[in-house]
Amino acid sequence: MRVELDKISKSFGPVQANRGISLTFEAGRIYGLLGENGAGKSTLMKILSGYQTPDSGRILLDAVPQQFRSPLDALAAGIGMLYQDPLDVPPFTVLENYLLGQPGGLAIPRRTAADQLRQLGQHYGFDVHPHERIEDLSLGERQQLELLRLLSGGAQLLILDEPTTGISAEQKSVLFNSLRDLARKERKTLILVSHKLEEVQDLCDQAIVLRQGDYVGGAKLPCPSRKLVNLMFAELPRRAPRPRPVAGTPQLELRDLVVRTPRLALQPVDLSLHAGEVLGLAGLEGNGQELLLRACAGLLPLAGGELRLAGQRQPRLDYLAARKLGLHYLAAGRLEEGLVSGMTLAEHMALVSQNGLFVDRAASRAQTRRQIKQYQIVARPGSRVEELSGGNQQRVLFGLLPDDAQLILAEHPTRGLDLRSSDWIWQQLDLRRREGAAILFLSADLDELLERSDRIAVFSGGRMSRLLDARQTSLNELGHLIGGGA
Amino acid sequence: MDANWIAIAASIVLQSSPLIIAVCGETLSERAGVVNLSLDGSLLLSAMAGFAAAYVSNSLLLGFLAGAGVGALMALVVAFGSLALRQSQVAVGFVLTLLGDSLSAFLGQNFTRLPGIWVPRLPIPWLKDIPVLGPIVFNQDLVVYFALVLTLASTWWIFHSRPGLALRSAGERPEAAFARGVAVRKLRYAYAVLGGALVGVAGAAYSLDVKIGWAEGHTRGLGWIALAIVIFGGWSPLRGALGVLLFVATRSVISVVLQRSLGESSVVVLNALPWLLMLLVLLVVSGRLGGQLLARLPAPLQRPLRGLMQAAPPAALGAELKEG
Repeated sequence: MRVELDKISKSFGPVQANRGISLTFEAGRIYGLLGENGAGKSTLMKILSGYQTPDSGRILLDAVPQQFRSPLDALAAGIGMLYQDPLDVPPFTVLENYLLGQPGGLAIPRRTAADQLRQLGQHYGFDVHPHERIEDLSLGERQQLELLRLLSGGAQLLILDEPTTGISAEQKSVLFNSLRDLARKERKTLILVSHKLEEVQDLCDQAIVLRQGDYVGGAKLPCPSRKLVNLMFAELPRRAPRPRPVAGTPQLELRDLVVRTPRLALQPVDLSLHAGEVLGLAGLEGNGQELLLRACAGLLPLAGGELRLAGQRQPRLDYLAARKLGLHYLAAGRLEEGLVSGMTLAEHMALVSQNGLFVDRAASRAQTRRQIKQYQIVARPGSRVEELSGGNQQRVLFGLLPDDAQLILAEHPTRGLDLRSSDWIWQQLDLRRREGAAILFLSADLDELLERSDRIAVFSGGRMSRLLDARQTSLNELGHLIGGGA
Repeated sequence: MDANWIAIAASIVLQSSPLIIAVCGETLSERAGVVNLSLDGSLLLSAMAGFAAAYVSNSLLLGFLAGAGVGALMALVVAFGSLALRQSQVAVGFVLTLLGDSLSAFLGQNFTRLPGIWVPRLPIPWLKDIPVLGPIVFNQDLVVYFALVLTLASTWWIFHSRPGLALRSAGERPEAAFARGVAVRKLRYAYAVLGGALVGVAGAAYSLDVKIGWAEGHTRGLGWIALAIVIFGGWSPLRGALGVLLFVATRSVISVVLQRSLGESSVVVLNALPWLLMLLVLLVVSGRLGGQLLARLPAPLQRPLRGLMQAAPPAALGAELKEG
């Protein structure tokens, strides 16, 4: 089946997620869809698989225009999508999950259906146990079942969204082998949406790169990863020179630090961060840099190794204790984790700076007014935080940061902010740094990393690279390391 | 068995029946993801409406239909409030509980303490002659038989039929159900209204069969009991029915035994005992203790028992439905 996307556009409010994207997918080929977060990959795939309708543009299957009103429509036409979090029903048995939505009589012919399912599994090389519960299976096994469901539903084109996140290496090789077979032997079309360049290089025939809603180019694979990274991240003007840091006392020291989550295990990390230093963490999302930052903030338990704050060993760090030691964490989800929706600026100020039973409203308002002036926030003390723009919310968060912060951990400090706000944020961080604070931040913006950090660590598949001197490295080297190179 | 005990057992079965019907109805609704918290008010209003309709028309069928209609309407309000207006199911349900309670008192003023009609006994030939079981289960009336059939049928429907898969998936993971072509919104409306109608039938069964007649606050409290038993029953009609029987039985036995030996006042205090027993059973069934006990049993027994003991609420219960 030949699938064409013809000038697909879609916007959500002011955000243009897809801008006139035209692409063609041929039968029997494997495509890798690449792009930063927010590049429009998932919107495009949701449109192709019937979860969303485009604002304009057409989908053509073998030159016949189609209109999908639901995912079921799309599957009936031969397009199936496998989500990172499989769309199954955890308390169901494998068989029940497989039968859900399939036509048939009132009663379920369990025995024959179970045999059918086993045979189907055998055909594609998966080991299927119809009477196990979905919630007892691993993510990889659940993916295999979703694949079977889509294939038995008649899918000719399969979209796989980050299919290797959270599955074992063994399951990955089983998956990739069956995907290759599907393309070569059964002439299916496959689209792999991935942040992991090595996987795309390994599996795909062709790469397609989106950036900020536009199709910016493609490449026959394999090709140098550098080329793909350059397509994914637009190059910006060169960075300005900046002063050498004065390395002070170590604020944060990590020895063989290990963090594990069900999705990803972070390989042992050794690191030390000194007062007055800025360390940037690079990597495509989900490669481990978030885990490191959250573990340092006491938000994730340590699975092993040693963590020292200002020279003191912290065997069991929790966030509230860490705050008392001068550690502060600026979350990426400003409204989810940083601020309290429904509360005013003045109330936020009272929350962090006052103790006791009663709120001194006059004092907190006066204090808030001072902060509004100092941090140039466009708001009044009585404004609720959710009414503010992203840039102003970030300024409020900075206003709440106490003066004696020793170690600032920041997740995407300027994500979604305009140039002026971003610049202002970094002025504030530089000010803190000059006062002796150490700063650890992660960002998806390579230019920001190169421009603002003293040193950079790159994460790929849970492994941290050697530390790079930000003055000596280049976009190319970062791209190489992000793609899993050494 | 002592004829006296058989009579007590038969009365326990009769008294349990409306509660079993209400539990089955609410279980169906919650399995689809809609919590109808208005049960206490629904039962009162449908008991009143059922009694009044039967009294005026002299027809039992119209009485039950009126009850079912009132229950379905209450459930429709909850479903509309949450599925169309995106309001909290809990809030809408609470308000309706209060509304049903007051409205039944107000509208039922003219029907208070009147002699009405009731459901006649209908022994089933042959079956009623089975020793012990016959007189307890099959020498009863249509309400009891309906409760029995409903329990078995809804259990089969939920866990063993193809539409049951769609029903459970809508309450567990609506986005997955949607992806496979289940019309989640329609399905939630349908089961909420069906469940509400069953609750209405249960209300009418009180005023026309188990506690014949109408007075203000006639069934007050029973709705909350039904809601608690749905949870106790792990969202399975069969387990819910067993829970109802356990609850009603302990209450009857306690009152029979204690009325003989103690005065009235201690009976009131000890009315709390069924609840304590239920808490205890719940701890054994769904706590770690249950798992430990289960592990000691022979393997062929473990599997069906584990299925019976699983008691997690539908994951998307009460959650707002997102547009796909």
